[in-house]
Amino acid sequence: MTTSDIAQGDKNARPLSLSGHVGFDSLPHQLVNKSTCQGFCFNILCIGETGIGKSTLMDTLFNTNFENFESSHFEPKVKLRAQTYDLQESNVRLKLTIVNTVGFGDQMNKQESYQHVVDYIDTQFESYLQEELKIKRSLHNYHDSRIHACLYFIAPSGHSLKSLDLVTMKKLDSKVNIIPVIAKADTISKSELHKFKIKIMSELVSNGVQIYQFPTDDETVSKINTAMNGILPFAVVGSSEEVKIGNKMVKARQYPWGVVQVENENHCDFVKLREMLICVNMEDLREQTHTRHYELYRRCKLEEMGFTDTNPESKPVSLQETYEAKRHEFLGDLQRREEEMRQMFVQRVKEKETELKEAERELQGKFEQLKRLHSEEKSKLDEKRRSLEDEINTFSKKKAAAELLQGQSFNTNANLKKDKDRKK
Amino acid sequence: ISEFEPPEWHKVEVVTPCPTESHGLQGTIKGHDLFGYVGIEAVLDQMRRKTMKAGFEFNIMVVGQSGLGKSTLVNTLFKSKVSRKSCSPNYEEKISKTVKLQSVSHVIEEKGVKMKLTVIDTPGFGDQINNENCWEPIVSYVNEQYERYLKEELYVNRKPRIPDTRVHCCVYFLPATGHWLRPIDVEFMKRLGKIVSIVPIIAKADTLTMEERQEFKQRIRQDLNANGIRVYPQTEYDEDPEDRILNDKIRENIPFAVVGTDKEHQVNGNKVLGRKTKWGIIEVENVAHCEFTNLRDLLIRSHLQDLKDVTHNIHYETFRVRRLNESNLTVHGLALILESPPESDLQYTVANTATASCFYSIL
Repeated sequence: MTTSDIAQGDKNARPLSLSGHVGFDSLPHQLVNKSTCQGFCFNILCIGETGIGKSTLMDTLFNTNFENFESSHFEPKVKLRAQTYDLQESNVRLKLTIVNTVGFGDQMNKQESYQHVVDYIDTQFESYLQEELKIKRSLHNYHDSRIHACLYFIAPSGHSLKSLDLVTMKKLDSKVNIIPVIAKADTISKSELHKFKIKIMSELVSNGVQIYQFPTDDETVSKINTAMNGILPFAVVGSSEEVKIGNKMVKARQYPWGVVQVENENHCDFVKLREMLICVNMEDLREQTHTRHYELYRRCKLEEMGFTDTNPESKPVSLQETYEAKRHEFLGDLQRREEEMRQMFVQRVKEKETELKEAERELQGKFEQLKRLHSEEKSKLDEKRRSLEDEINTFSKKKAAAELLQGQSFNTNANLKKDKDRKK
Repeated sequence: ISEFEPPEWHKVEVVTPCPTESHGLQGTIKGHDLFGYVGIEAVLDQMRRKTMKAGFEFNIMVVGQSGLGKSTLVNTLFKSKVSRKSCSPNYEEKISKTVKLQSVSHVIEEKGVKMKLTVIDTPGFGDQINNENCWEPIVSYVNEQYERYLKEELYVNRKPRIPDTRVHCCVYFLPATGHWLRPIDVEFMKRLGKIVSIVPIIAKADTLTMEERQEFKQRIRQDLNANGIRVYPQTEYDEDPEDRILNDKIRENIPFAVVGTDKEHQVNGNKVLGRKTKWGIIEVENVAHCEFTNLRDLLIRSHLQDLKDVTHNIHYETFRVRRLNESNLTVHGLALILESPPESDLQYTVANTATASCFYSIL
């Protein structure tokens, strides 16, 4: 570096009083205006059994019809369906993504049910991490798909949580903000509901499940948030049908014995859920996801890969150094393996060579043997021929001799006969 | 990963959207409003509350020769004694041999909004006889702040809020010569315009008449164009037509001709900030006299967040790309290590070497 000397002021900057209006109190507005232009992003994950009312609740919450179709109960595995919508209210644009579980709790063997959900959440974190680690990245344009809030739908049994619920929530509590809700709350009476809620909360506490707590540090909202923290889990009823009550059309469910009004606080906690989820704490949910859950994931992932901030001698190590070291190691490893393969190659070639040589030798041997056999045969044959010829010779000699003898004897016979004739 | 169905896009309703780079949305989509109240707009309030609680940071650098009124201007901008003036009697240092940067931080609060303001002063800039390379300490300071931020960002255990010491704005003081840009001005702005947002201003503009001022400004703008110097607000970063119109108006007026003072005088029964001379009082906040209010509005009231955003999204990212490329942290390299365990990669890599193809044909 050059000789630039930076004489810092106080580390804890000195407070200063202004003598007039400067104008930076418009900063929050500048910031908000920018965000309004860009739009907000919010992702909700709904986990619950099939038919428990997830899609209906989403419709009711956002006052619109998201066109979801009913899913069957016969899904072999738990799937997740994500749908993104663009909503606008006055001048605020919201990019809402709703992720629903399909087939949760339907399988005979539910051991793997939660795994898909966990994997999905991790995948979203992973893609954000990848984007963040890219060299050329565009984070401010990035469509954030990380789950900001997880609504866990509890079946209104009135007794206690199911074991699947406990297991799933335990697995998810460090990855996402869990807000438990009791679905189809019009099946439970008020007194049962009260006991049910207490039972649920105590079970969650005794099992160490950390659900999302509404923040109480900001004075403007701490009172309402503390109150709401005590009403968890929210008992909700969802409905997209409207019923005429008095002279208004309200969202309600009509039964022969009465009408359950969704937005009536005496009937169910729907209004409270909407307040908490959207009006009061949406920003906090997003912030928690980013600063707590995502950071945890990032830290674990990087540590898994071997990146640390301090090496064994507790000297600070930068990501770059670790990377260089790893790269070195990796390349060395690569070279070593290459050498190994080369050695193996050479060895195999040698082996093949010796094999071939063996074969050649064998072949040669065989050839020689055959040749020998052949010459033996040939000599035998020659011998035989010679003996044959000898025999023929002998035979022809004998024949000649025999013919001669025969000739002689004939002559003698003829002479004798002549003699006889003469004598007479 | 066939278990997840890809996200489907359902265009429910968008009424006169603000055109942004959205994924999958094409053009304006007609629709209808939400049925009744949902409460989404409450998120604006939430955001406002959160940012007010967290507070803001703003780092501004003032560059110019001594005696151009840098400290006075900063004090006038922020209506408080932010910088010590070098002409005051207890200021010991004379002109230093090299450019020494000094940064002073203050926390100021207005209507519940807290801001940590850091002013980086550059005494000694352009004061020597030989001013070659006098911008280097400044360039390295700016890069050092980016480096610091990058390091913090790359930690495994990160702070929830990374302290931002990056220079958001560099105010460059041009002496009111009335002629053209000087070589030192051109060199400095050329180099720094690439890494930080520069706002050039004409200092001590009360020496120029209105006509001289207009001519001077025009010449400077021509000079800037001719030398390819991009000053804030840069045309490339205009996000939408509204922005462009607003920024064009600003661009027509740079560099702002400012006068700074911390003394108040009585004019027409009001107390105004001004410089009293024998021939009149120059009112600093009077638009007819000088363009101080324009500068203040630009820097503080309307474009402060934008300055920070440009620094974070554009200058910092440019630095990051360059820096990571330098240290061979290629996308593939890092992704290679992040995505898959070493063994599979080795197999993949080995399988692709020329020797390997021979291996496989024999083995």
